[in-house]
Amino acid sequence: MFADYSMSELGAIFAMQGFAGLILFSVFVLMALGLAIIFGQMGVINMAHGEFMILGAYVTYLVSNFFAAFLPGIFGIYFFIAMGLAFVVSGGLGLFIEWAMIRHLYKRPLDTLLATWGLSLILQQLYRSIFGAREVGVTIPDWMMGSLPLTDLIEVPINGIFVMVLAVGISVAVYVMMFRSGWGKQVRAINQNRVMAGAVGINTEWTDRLTFGIGCGVAGVAGSAFTMIGSTGPTAGQLYIVDTFLVVVFGGAASLLGTIASAFSISQAQSIMEFFLSGSMAKVLTLLTVVGILMLRPQGLFALKLRK
Amino acid sequence: MKTNTLFPRADIIGFAVLAVVIFLLLPAVLDSFRLNLFGKYLTYAFVAVGLALCWGAGGILSLGQGVFFGLGGYCMAMFLKLEASTPENTAIQSTPGIPDFMDWNQLTALPWWWEPFYSLPFTILAVVMVPVVFAFVIGVAMFKRRVGGVYFAIITQAFAAILTILIIGQQGFTGGVNGITDLRTLWGWDIRTDEAKEILYYVNGVLLFAVLFAAQFVRKSKLGRLLIAMRDQEDRVRFSGYDVASFKIFIFCLGAAFAGIGGAMFTLQVGFMSPTLVGIVPSIEMVIFCAVGGRLSILGAVYGALVVNWAKTTFSESFPELWLLGLGGLFIAVVMLFPNGLAGIWSEQIAPRLTKLISKNTNPATGQGAPAE
Amino acid sequence: MTDESSKKPNQSQSTGMNRRAVLAGGTALTASLFMPKNLMAADYPTAEVNTTGLAVTDDTVTIGILHSITGTMAISETGSVQAEKLAIDQINAQGGILGRKIEYIQEDGASDWPTFAEKAKKLLVNDKVASVMGCWTSASRKAVLPVFEQYNGFLYYPTFYEGLEQSPNVIYTGQEATQQIIAGLDWVSETKGAKTFYLLGSDYIWPRTSNKIARKHIENFLGAKVVGEEYYPLGHTQFNSVINKIRLKKPDVIYAIVVGGSNVAFYKQLKAAGIDMTKEDPIVLTISVTEDEIRGIGGENIEGAYACMKYFQSLTNENNMEFVKSFKEMWGDDMVIGDVTQAAYLGPWLWKAAVEKAGSFDVDKVRAATPGIELGTAPEGYVKVHDNHHLWSKTRVGLAKADGQYDVVYETAELVEPDPFPEGYQ
Repeated sequence: MFADYSMSELGAIFAMQGFAGLILFSVFVLMALGLAIIFGQMGVINMAHGEFMILGAYVTYLVSNFFAAFLPGIFGIYFFIAMGLAFVVSGGLGLFIEWAMIRHLYKRPLDTLLATWGLSLILQQLYRSIFGAREVGVTIPDWMMGSLPLTDLIEVPINGIFVMVLAVGISVAVYVMMFRSGWGKQVRAINQNRVMAGAVGINTEWTDRLTFGIGCGVAGVAGSAFTMIGSTGPTAGQLYIVDTFLVVVFGGAASLLGTIASAFSISQAQSIMEFFLSGSMAKVLTLLTVVGILMLRPQGLFALKLRK
Repeated sequence: MKTNTLFPRADIIGFAVLAVVIFLLLPAVLDSFRLNLFGKYLTYAFVAVGLALCWGAGGILSLGQGVFFGLGGYCMAMFLKLEASTPENTAIQSTPGIPDFMDWNQLTALPWWWEPFYSLPFTILAVVMVPVVFAFVIGVAMFKRRVGGVYFAIITQAFAAILTILIIGQQGFTGGVNGITDLRTLWGWDIRTDEAKEILYYVNGVLLFAVLFAAQFVRKSKLGRLLIAMRDQEDRVRFSGYDVASFKIFIFCLGAAFAGIGGAMFTLQVGFMSPTLVGIVPSIEMVIFCAVGGRLSILGAVYGALVVNWAKTTFSESFPELWLLGLGGLFIAVVMLFPNGLAGIWSEQIAPRLTKLISKNTNPATGQGAPAE
Repeated sequence: MTDESSKKPNQSQSTGMNRRAVLAGGTALTASLFMPKNLMAADYPTAEVNTTGLAVTDDTVTIGILHSITGTMAISETGSVQAEKLAIDQINAQGGILGRKIEYIQEDGASDWPTFAEKAKKLLVNDKVASVMGCWTSASRKAVLPVFEQYNGFLYYPTFYEGLEQSPNVIYTGQEATQQIIAGLDWVSETKGAKTFYLLGSDYIWPRTSNKIARKHIENFLGAKVVGEEYYPLGHTQFNSVINKIRLKKPDVIYAIVVGGSNVAFYKQLKAAGIDMTKEDPIVLTISVTEDEIRGIGGENIEGAYACMKYFQSLTNENNMEFVKSFKEMWGDDMVIGDVTQAAYLGPWLWKAAVEKAGSFDVDKVRAATPGIELGTAPEGYVKVHDNHHLWSKTRVGLAKADGQYDVVYETAELVEPDPFPEGYQ
């Protein structure tokens, strides 16, 4: 297996594959974080998660067109503005959806699943009516599409670094919000006992709405970042949804740390196997491993010690 | 009197009405094309009835019923494909006598696990048992560890996704994304003709009623009452000394068996099986059939499957560009406004008024209406 | 429709009134020989041209359009629907077929194969359409094929595909695999001196079969070497690992048959990984990226790659100029036209030619009349229907530019014979 390569090449293989694995890890974290926040803290499964991501991607598309048309001079930095807007727009839609739909269904968590599935169908069709059935091409600033040559063999894609930095940044931000802020305390209090939290004066309604909004906003940012590496079309959200759910389930759905750990293990396993096997087989083997572990440990890697 | 407890009067009426609809009304008013379509919808009703038991009675929401539907369907499709792949029919292949998609994928011999599907009795057994075994494994892993609720729902969904990817990835053995197509005969009987489709429709109807009777029996038995008790207060049932997990596993396997039969009937009536029926999307749609019909009612589930599919077909024929909006809206409306679905509307709105109307004219009648039980 | 388009394509094919032997290879002549006779419906009594109960009246004939306009395949199939509607409008503006206007019933396959089968049956059994323009993926075609054979329908299928099929009820207006692959490989081997190839594809039947043919050709006919062959699941969006492998193997050519959303991811990541396609080291040669896909990928991300197709929007022949103009008039200036869109556009025209040659809408007669039908007005140039229901057509190689169009850098001198069951490539 290694015989064909020289030592320096082998070193390069491991360096580059390690890096590819880290990029995949970051992508998984970005995908799953929004879903994990909403599920972990509210017990709501947002089946329209992929569509919220694509909303962020479409926002990026619109912003890039706007900059290309009116502000070509500073096109190079539009992406940051686009990500901010993606957060605001997806988050805003999230707030609205929470108000219109989700809050009526807190006592029926299984039903939120169905309602948000309906929402995802509606959003897909809206995207199709507004932006057309075809994929749209998002122009990425040139500086983000290049790569940094480290050695002859090793080149590091800049968008990969960008995704990694973003994933780390958002994870830290979420961690701070959840575990170091008063608001996070409120969210966790509600998660543990809604009635009591209300009784001690926490505005449960508003906290829920904000949690849902933030989860959707993070999805929007992820979608915005993914315009660098993937496609933007009405149904592109479906490309990510399977991996997203697997990461969240495998991690033990109620734990943010679990989500990150599971994203790490799945991405590393997949990228190592992808290198030594063919792509399709790697995917199948990864999935089978995940299933196998889920069979032995259905509550996921990191389960809350709650017995229901 | 056992029959009375198994079939209260309202249920008898409900079953009778459904029998009239399926065996008399639909065949009378529909041409053979539309009847075949309704035959296809009825195959989904098998899944919906199973879901009404698991979800409505047992509180177990599976978003992976497509897996069982697909497994049943694939078992049947394998048998039919082998029958269609005679050496004469496949003479142009490099290896005649094996299914065409295997030949395209450079397989030169039939995989060993295809061999048993030359036998129809084995296939019929497999249609039921493969989904059941699969459900049993999942059920033991999950319920013994007390995994339930939303978490169970998304794990089953993950299974649906994984099985789809496996089927598509292993195309040499499974036909891949194309599925297993071009099925022709069942023991020499051409299943593609209009007469055959009509016969299959009735076979389908009879099987559906068998499944409905089984479901009714389960609901009216002690098991059914325990299930409802578990749904509402699982811990109390556990403290009363019942093994909650075993009951859940049983009902989950039963739902899987129903779905498997539905899948096999689907293959027979539509003439092929493909991974698009296994994945997340069809699995959730099947839940919607059940939700629209009324998750508490097994008869409602049948009506739900018929109504939603009929609406989907009609809607996509008249407004193809907008049907997703309608379908999405229907999901939301049912969940938000009519959580008990058609059966709920019937038992809460229509039946009481009907009863009033009837009781004005005749003797006081029983309170409950037909589909609702 | 506008006036320009109503003047547009004329069938070179002689009509039922005036039946001739098919011009054997007389390519240049056919385009302008016959002005369209204004065929009057009265000359063709309905009872005579429609003996099998199809949806034909004294002044209309109904056909079906069956594509996905929802679901994941809507991205690809939209262009085909647009082209078919354009062709129908143009035919109607010329007076229709046998004096009858074409009406169409459009059904949505919803990217779901059972739905395709259901809708196909509805079109044939319920609506009694005279022919169907439709399907895109192989899976959808496989799903409807038994329906078309059972009810004797007639399908015009526009997509380039893997071959290994030849149904009496389907006309394949796209290329089968050898037509698309072999000439392109010859070209890259001869002009670029390519010696090593890395084959890559999405994991389903078309890329696998195409790569099988490519491998046989590379190894047995070109004497070159395949250094890697890989498949990724449909919808896969992470290609960094395979890009690393490619970098290590240093092939002369990356032969890519990646489709759908994966396509976009692959090219974006290829570029981001520092593989500059304009430097041609390695050369990227694809058979799955048309102008349609480039819109999603972004021209700047695929600039410098080569695609092997039979049609590019940038073809400069007169037919194509007219076609592109009317397409944009009908569907908007920002539209692009890819290989499959053009092939879909041929469907209604080929059917018209066949019906007029047969002097009947009956499927059996149309089928009998179809082999040998020529179209001098096709945007891709002259095409002809082979006995095996595929089209003779040229293979072209295009170089992708940053504006999302291709420069045609090579085309075969002669039409390439379709060969759905190629000897020596199985």
